[in-house]
Amino acid sequence: MIVAKRKPFDEIKDFLKDYKKVLTAGCGTCVAVCLAGGEKEVSVLNAELDMARRLDNKPIELGAITIERQCDREYLEALDSMVEGYDAVLSLACGAGIQFLAERYPEKPVFPGVDTTFIGVNQDVGWYEERCRSCSSCVLGMTAGICPVTMCAKGLYNGPCGGTNKGSCEISKDQPCAWYMIYERLSKQNRLDNILKITPVQDWQNQKPRTVIQPGYKTSENSAEK
Amino acid sequence: MKSESNLEKVLSAGHFAFTGELGPPRGTNAEEVRKKAAFLKGNVDAVNITDNQTAVVRMSSWAASLILIQEGLEPNFQMVCRDRNRLAMQSDILGASAHGIKNMLCLSGDHQSFGDHPMAKSVFDIDSIQLIGMVKQMRDEGTFLSGNKLDEPPKMFIGAAANPFAEPYEWRALRLAKKIAAGADFVQTQCIYNMDRFREFMKRAVDMGLTEKCYILAGVTPLKSVGMAKYMAGSVPGMDVPDELIERVKGAGKGKAAEEGIKIAVEQIQEFKEMEGVAGVHLMAIEWEHRVPEIAKMAGVLPRPVV
Ligand code: SF4
Ligand code: SF4
Repeated sequence: MIVAKRKPFDEIKDFLKDYKKVLTAGCGTCVAVCLAGGEKEVSVLNAELDMARRLDNKPIELGAITIERQCDREYLEALDSMVEGYDAVLSLACGAGIQFLAERYPEKPVFPGVDTTFIGVNQDVGWYEERCRSCSSCVLGMTAGICPVTMCAKGLYNGPCGGTNKGSCEISKDQPCAWYMIYERLSKQNRLDNILKITPVQDWQNQKPRTVIQPGYKTSENSAEK
Repeated sequence: MKSESNLEKVLSAGHFAFTGELGPPRGTNAEEVRKKAAFLKGNVDAVNITDNQTAVVRMSSWAASLILIQEGLEPNFQMVCRDRNRLAMQSDILGASAHGIKNMLCLSGDHQSFGDHPMAKSVFDIDSIQLIGMVKQMRDEGTFLSGNKLDEPPKMFIGAAANPFAEPYEWRALRLAKKIAAGADFVQTQCIYNMDRFREFMKRAVDMGLTEKCYILAGVTPLKSVGMAKYMAGSVPGMDVPDELIERVKGAGKGKAAEEGIKIAVEQIQEFKEMEGVAGVHLMAIEWEHRVPEIAKMAGVLPRPVV
């Protein structure tokens, strides 16, 4: 899932300082699961904002809505009738959802309430770890299911580097060395051959905005896959 | 000859090579480079010029390399993958070669979090093994990484680093083989303190036939003090300093640690001269350039061959 964390309260408060009527829009998918931007977080944030603005003697009227997915037009539609009545929208969706919302209401100032952080996994309640940088050309098959792009601090394709330190990465004793793990796992699976070969230079595909159109959905209207 | 560099000539003539190291200044102080170079002149075959070592900004390695050439020394231009993408790397390689730089050491580079701009965005467009391959392609095929032809290939003697001490140990010689397959002509190792482990590493490299394909220079850094020995042991990733060695430096007594450190380094160099597969020594006397002449003399590697 996409993991986000709420922005510092003062930053959010500062975004909204010139507005008197704001709609806080949560998203019910990834950011709700990672406890950053779902229904509950919307109501907590609104309560804090309400209190702070009252203390400042600048009361604010706050609306709240959480839709299933802000990255999907089908669900965004539910906001159409509401947004009109507000001066600005504060979205707690991931960066993609926020942009889709802003694109739909180009006249309306839209602000991010979270910092979108990574694609990751749920280690425990409230504890998430990054696992993928969406490089568009997955090498997990070669690397025993451990992502060198994300988990190696240098994103090396022919690791480990000379800094690997008794199983830890050179950046910290608490950070496992991805290439140490890759070696260990491949070695146990008798697949070391995979990394004895030199992995050639990457053709980076994440250097411009990407579009995916699944086979079977290509039409003359949607442009060719970039 | 691949590059006609002095280092290549010394090694291919079968001499035991002796290389030094110089860290560029944190400013425009060219005089500083000249001063350090003067201690190395005549005592080493080539001098590694570090590239923003430990991710701290310094005068660029090619620029300091040029100062060395002006002073009549041969630089070994270090390039890390952290700060440049493939375009910048290739153009720097061309420029370096056009100015007479003939050796290059291809490295990953320490992570930026160690340095003076810890929040910088790193590049790592390509990694050190891919960099070795790229320089080789430019030199031997006369083409850029893209495959397009270039006008006058850069004649570089291509170096790589090796760390014989990082776990998993079984991987060390295999990784060295990978660097050689990519195109490394010579290898300089991480500073060696654990001689037993290094002997094992060399044996493996010899058995695998790697020393026939590539010159291995053993890395030596004299310990200046007990504090430095402890720091190397505890805080430098990938470094292996046995306790006995720390004890030995400690045992030398007050004010004598540096002399003991030099004595250890000299003993090491003498053993490397006899060790099968070792083609030379790379002496990294960090901020200790002025001690290089006496170390070279004591180790019996002077005079340097003129080839
Ligand atoms: S290689 Fe890593 S970053 Fe790329 S798609 Fe696979 S998991 Fe994601
Ligand atoms: S120590 Fe391991 S994880 Fe860290 S940068 Fe080097 S290879 Fe990557």
